[in-house]
Amino acid sequence: MELTKQEKAMLDGKEGYAVKKSMEILVALGDIFGAEKLIDVGSVQVAGVSYHNLGDAGLDFLNSLAEDGRVKVLTTLNPAGMDLENWQQLGISPEFAEKQNLVIDAFTRMGILVSCTCTPYLIGNVPLYGEHIAWSESSAVTFANSVLGARTNREGGPSALAAAFVGKTPCYGLHLDENRVPDINVQVNAELSRLSDWGALGYAIGKKAENKIPYISGIKKATLDELKSFGASLVTYGAKPLFYIKDITPGAELQQQPKETVTIEKTDLDDAYNKINDQVDEIDFVCVGCPHCSIKEVAEIADLIRGKKVATGTELWVATSRTTKQLADKHGYTAIIEAAGGKFACDTCMAVAPLKGRFKALATTSAKGCFYSRQNLMKTKMGSMKECVDAAVTGKWNN
Amino acid sequence: MEQLKGRIIYRGKAEGEALVTSMPISFYGGVDPNTGVILEKGHELEGQSVKDKILVFPQGKGSTVGSYTLYRMKKNNTAPAAMINKETETIVAVGAIISEIPFVDKIDLSKIKKGETVKVENENVTIL
Repeated sequence: MELTKQEKAMLDGKEGYAVKKSMEILVALGDIFGAEKLIDVGSVQVAGVSYHNLGDAGLDFLNSLAEDGRVKVLTTLNPAGMDLENWQQLGISPEFAEKQNLVIDAFTRMGILVSCTCTPYLIGNVPLYGEHIAWSESSAVTFANSVLGARTNREGGPSALAAAFVGKTPCYGLHLDENRVPDINVQVNAELSRLSDWGALGYAIGKKAENKIPYISGIKKATLDELKSFGASLVTYGAKPLFYIKDITPGAELQQQPKETVTIEKTDLDDAYNKINDQVDEIDFVCVGCPHCSIKEVAEIADLIRGKKVATGTELWVATSRTTKQLADKHGYTAIIEAAGGKFACDTCMAVAPLKGRFKALATTSAKGCFYSRQNLMKTKMGSMKECVDAAVTGKWNN
Repeated sequence: MEQLKGRIIYRGKAEGEALVTSMPISFYGGVDPNTGVILEKGHELEGQSVKDKILVFPQGKGSTVGSYTLYRMKKNNTAPAAMINKETETIVAVGAIISEIPFVDKIDLSKIKKGETVKVENENVTIL
């Protein structure tokens, strides 16, 4: 990889330890993947925030970088392992909270915004069409590439941090036109009538387009919330973090429809529901917001649960960013949901909180949420927002 | 004495006993960072420790958190002395860089047998 004089100086340690380490990471990745140069990035999203995943070693590493590392571009943070303010109410231990706060302190010293959300594009980190960025968090990467038309590879925590300290990333993979060409045509013949159908669609296409970029036809309309849920599921279940939907996502009009074609019928969605859903009736955990709820989704939940009560022995979590919750506070949605016994889980989510063994059965709108909750030994049910709120109120899944 | 030449991922010098597998390794969940013992069920090296070995494997796999696991092993003195890959990927490469473990790839792994003494020095691998 060709380095400029300034980049060589950074690699030699002229800007300190964090920048040197970062350059070592970026140069190695560039060489591995055949990049010819580094390119400027407009923003960074850093994953690997939950102490549950980092452990003391990760914390040590972050502290060593925080000594002299300061980010050069707008940098936002993925969810942590707990709500940073309301962790006690969510059953997080004080020992865990103490460690998690040390992780957050390290990121704060680096100059990273403690946004703690997987939907940075909903709270002010919104890349432009064609802009190069270095994001981790697969659902956000997929949304940025596909819905916004920005350009990023699927970074890990350390490589995203490295890009933030240098302000650059190696130019390979999805930064280049030739690697953004769709390679499988997906004709969708199934009706999509509720939010979870988009998660099921992501599962079905993810399995048929493993490690490919799908070009999707047959979808007439979509909302931001639907595309957010679809992308999260698509990449969790196997596709590359980029999709095109004809007449809906930007850049689709510039691409040729690939020859290899698969179809998605109603039976494929049914099959996805069957694979994701377990046999279970009693629900002790309802969690919506994977990816984090938009304000529109929070409003929907408030509307559905107004005047009702969450069943004894069942918990309802609304996972969202703190910024979105502040809007919800203003509009009274928070009061309605909390009066019904629901809880807000800001700054965190079901994929990264230490939930192993806490709950037996999850109901959610999210296909991605089901995937990660299995690692936490939960049975899973996926359905519409209404089905999930009903499950919270009755403690049961009504088929 | 056989000399092999690869590509430097992290430069450095180390010598030790080769621990060789043809299976990819997941450091997050697949290796115990406190002991260096491989935990993954059904792995060729299940139950064996990578501590102070020249660890020879095709590449990493699994969660990107694996980079942090290698760092944790280095801190715990349970890390391999050096690593050799056929063709590396992001997780192990980043792990080696942040942990400062000598690491070379693009090596014909069939040339190295388990138990042999191997020296790694930057891009050079010598079987002693």
